[in-house]
Amino acid sequence: MTRLGKWIGDHLILAIGLAVLFYMFLPIFVVILMSFNDPASKQSYSFDGFTWDNWANPCDEFGMCESVLLSIKIGLSATLGATILGTLMAFALVRHRFRGRAPANVFTFLPMASPEIVMGSSLLALFVSAGLSGQLGFWTILVAHIMFCLSFVVVTVKARLAGLDPRIEQAAMDLYANEWQTFWRVTFPLVFPGILSAALLAFSLSFDDFIITNLNAGQEVTFPMFVWGASLRGIPPQINVIGTIMFLLALTLVLVGELGARRRARR
Amino acid sequence: MAHVAPPAGAPASGDAARKRGLVGYLLLAPAGLWLSLFFIVPMISLISTSLYDPSGSLETGYQMTGHVQNYATVLQEYDSQLLRSFLYAGLATFFCMLLGFPLAYAIAFKAGKWKNLLLVAVIAPFFTSFLIRTLAWQLILSDQGWVTQTFNALYLTDLFAALGLTEQGSLLYSPLAVVTGLTYNFLPFMVLPLYASLEKIDPRLHEAGADLYASPFTTFRKVTLPLALPGLVAGTLLTFIPAAGDFINAQLLGNTQTTMIGTVIQKLFDGGSYPEASALSVVLMVIIVVLVLFYIRRAGTEDLV
Repeated sequence: MTRLGKWIGDHLILAIGLAVLFYMFLPIFVVILMSFNDPASKQSYSFDGFTWDNWANPCDEFGMCESVLLSIKIGLSATLGATILGTLMAFALVRHRFRGRAPANVFTFLPMASPEIVMGSSLLALFVSAGLSGQLGFWTILVAHIMFCLSFVVVTVKARLAGLDPRIEQAAMDLYANEWQTFWRVTFPLVFPGILSAALLAFSLSFDDFIITNLNAGQEVTFPMFVWGASLRGIPPQINVIGTIMFLLALTLVLVGELGARRRARR
Repeated sequence: MAHVAPPAGAPASGDAARKRGLVGYLLLAPAGLWLSLFFIVPMISLISTSLYDPSGSLETGYQMTGHVQNYATVLQEYDSQLLRSFLYAGLATFFCMLLGFPLAYAIAFKAGKWKNLLLVAVIAPFFTSFLIRTLAWQLILSDQGWVTQTFNALYLTDLFAALGLTEQGSLLYSPLAVVTGLTYNFLPFMVLPLYASLEKIDPRLHEAGADLYASPFTTFRKVTLPLALPGLVAGTLLTFIPAAGDFINAQLLGNTQTTMIGTVIQKLFDGGSYPEASALSVVLMVIIVVLVLFYIRRAGTEDLV
């Protein structure tokens, strides 16, 4: 019985885990496969034939590439804003002592614990009350995206900062580096990987958001909004091309980062 | 992951290491201001909009009349959608736990040198768009797909249909499909916090349990589970809250009988019924806050943050 229990513990759990991973990857396989689909009709649900056309001319789908460009523009701006504001806040929360630090900590968690539909509708209520219902567009989307990316940046940078050994900075000070030099030559380089992963997270959150954006976009169409609109008419295969490119790009970035970390750890 | 723990004997980076003074406030101010202006103020705006006279419109303007009846109206009209949202979110959370625990456990204790690679694999599907992935489920569960064909051959579709989970002979556009999609979409939010808790457990504790004649099951129940509790609580919250407000899965994978509250709020806003839509949003938020507070108290982990 104990031997059986041990075998179960050793192999069964691993097998179940891998099966769950398969469940998680199943849609990705479908997206990659369907990016090569030559659909027989707009409403087709099956793989009707192989073609390179979708990859050769992804912008043939009217309006799609414009929406991707808009999402990239918003994503980069929101990432810049949220990363700067969030990093400053993370430093304040980990490195500084002030009245109200504990409530400030809880405060940063609130947006992560609110359903998107509530945040989206409350922002819309604010914009409408402020008489901005005619001006919904790029700027209102950007304001919303910086807001919901902020918490994730703060949490990510905070984790990196909290793991930093304060003695390294003390050593720098002992070696006559002033506070400014210590920060830029010691602290910042050590925290930078955390800031970088926070920025990546912020970009992917912004690029992918639909629920909040949809409520506050006015006439603008971001990529997720384009996908939503297209899904009501029948899914064009070019959408899967963009999905595959996004997947491969992000995977490459993360694997390169992982390899880099491994190489540095070995040194 | 070596950078996480400070080396033994390092001075505690508690309050003593923190600087006092104005700089802290200055660093905090921009983000704090942003969150106040675009998270807190909008919530207040939402509550006040929910009390407007519903007979107004965007063009004619709204009258602030303290119209509390908006709440009665939406609760009466959309009670089934509200109930359904929490039911589906609860089911999805339960299945995420069921699937996420073995995966997180396998990565933490059985993966060896493949640990980091498997962690990347957990988040990798999320590198592509939420909507595109959900649309992929439309294809996977479609009537012509191999999943439905296989389930059909095993008479499972008949069983599901008999239970009222699907329509006869198909899987898509059903409660089953919606819960499958929700489970799929929020699974990493369960796996990652669970992994973070499990990873901290010293594997020797398992050996100690076995040495003390506990069966693997007892060791799991008495040692692993209590230590994994913070991760489990964080994971259920991170799954349940977004799932309750989600409408993408219900819209793309469900039918008119699976509408969740998010769809209703979205449609009310689109139709210009701002007071009702706002009231419904407030109701959703209040229910979630109450459930979360109750849950955290029951789970006994108030030090989540």
